[in-house]
Amino acid sequence: MSERKIRIMVAKPGLDGHDRGARVLARCFRDAGFEVIYTGCHQTPEQIVAGAIQEDVDMVGLSCLSGAHRYLFPRVVELLRERKADDITVIGGGIIPDQDFKMLYDAGIKEIFTPGASLDSIVDWVKSHIKPRA
Amino acid sequence: MNNDKDEVQRIREGDVRTASRLIRNLEDHMPEAKSTIRRIFPHTGKAHIIGVTGSPGAGKSTLTDALIESYRKQGKTVGVLAVDPTSPFTGGAILGDRIRMQRHAEDAEVFVRSLATRGALGGLSKAVGDAIHVLDAMGKDVIMVETVGTGQQEVEIMNHSHTVVVVLVPGMGDEIQAMKAGIMEIADLFVINKADRDGTRQLQTLLMAMLDMAPEFPGGWRPPIIKVENVFDAVTFKGQVGELAEKIDKHYRHLVENQLLGDRLRRKSLVEINEALSACLLEPVLRDLVSSGELERMLDKIVRKECDPYSLAEEATKPYLK
Ligand SMILES: Nc1nc2c(ncn2[C@@H]2O[C@H](COP(=O)(O)OP(=O)(O)O)[C@@H](O)[C@H]2O)c(=O)[nH]1
Ligand SMILES: [Mg+2]
Repeated sequence: MSERKIRIMVAKPGLDGHDRGARVLARCFRDAGFEVIYTGCHQTPEQIVAGAIQEDVDMVGLSCLSGAHRYLFPRVVELLRERKADDITVIGGGIIPDQDFKMLYDAGIKEIFTPGASLDSIVDWVKSHIKPRA
Repeated sequence: MNNDKDEVQRIREGDVRTASRLIRNLEDHMPEAKSTIRRIFPHTGKAHIIGVTGSPGAGKSTLTDALIESYRKQGKTVGVLAVDPTSPFTGGAILGDRIRMQRHAEDAEVFVRSLATRGALGGLSKAVGDAIHVLDAMGKDVIMVETVGTGQQEVEIMNHSHTVVVVLVPGMGDEIQAMKAGIMEIADLFVINKADRDGTRQLQTLLMAMLDMAPEFPGGWRPPIIKVENVFDAVTFKGQVGELAEKIDKHYRHLVENQLLGDRLRRKSLVEINEALSACLLEPVLRDLVSSGELERMLDKIVRKECDPYSLAEEATKPYLK
């Protein structure tokens, strides 16, 4: 019998190697019933996008603590657009200063979660915004 | 359907987006995917399909990654299907095999797809078989299927491949587990991975003894044992992986040269028809039982011991088996 499952990629672009947060999030998504593709640290935007397309995910969650989100997050959206895969939603998390929110939203990042956000609130956001594409 | 034909065409041209979408639709049991996979089938049969199985943490993904590199050096195109378990409690899954293979993500000739084991109704082997067909139709020269080898399900999945590689690690008691599940019988090659560890000699001796006891090997192929260690230096590791790749090729040539490929393909076809049959039979029955609410009533009856499941099943399937 047909049943859609939400598929999510959790990826860590950039140079910092602290992926504990990303792992916690991955586990949390699994516990919410999603299929999570976890790709580890030090991912380039090109690798993330190629992987997201091969895995046919509905959403990519980016986590970045290195401060390079201003470049890395928009680059992922741009590459998805180039590959005609911008129906894949991109959200971001990490240490992101308030003044960067607007430029990230403008670049096509759908939502941003900073370290204060509860895991439940992230799962709730996904549940209400991500529908597996028909 | 014109659109459908385009889809098949796009997949044959190697379009990743269309292929990954079709695999998704097959996994999700979308009705429209059924007609597409039928049209895909005539374009399959060219790839060398390699199963890689072993316990969690045995090093399967690391090996698969190294084999990808080896095949790419030979100019071959590669598809990988990596299966990880679904949590029985939440229905979710963490699919982490890509971590070890991401360096190939940008190589257009390498397609890596993770699959979760999903439901308990045994559809996994079918989903894997279908996904293999999709990668095959894309024109991949080599398709590797990585599964966690713990049970009957893996044996079924491995039957989709031409060459089965069983990865064992010294000192884990893997071989006992694998023997119970019948995985040792379907091995065409053994890898003793992490051969830097204690217990390598003992494991090798055990495997040799086990092979010595086998009454005969089909076509005279005695599964070779290859030791691999990925710790001391990259050159040694590459050499060992090269040896493994060579033996895998040799096995395929052995199948072809000794007219054994036909047997393998019949074994593969048997799983395929089995799965197709159970899908054809089970799906409509279950769909009706669920939509009419009859399934729940049946469960009630069984729980209250008013009726046994065998009679209920026979009763329920009668109308379909005229
Ligand atoms: N000591 C040792 N560790 C290894 C070797 N090969 C892989 N590993 C490690 O074993 C762990 C599991 O590897 P992975 O390929 O993900 O295993 P899988 O679960 O079978 O796919 C990783 O931490 C690897 O670094 C090896 O030859 N020797
Ligand atoms: Mg693995």
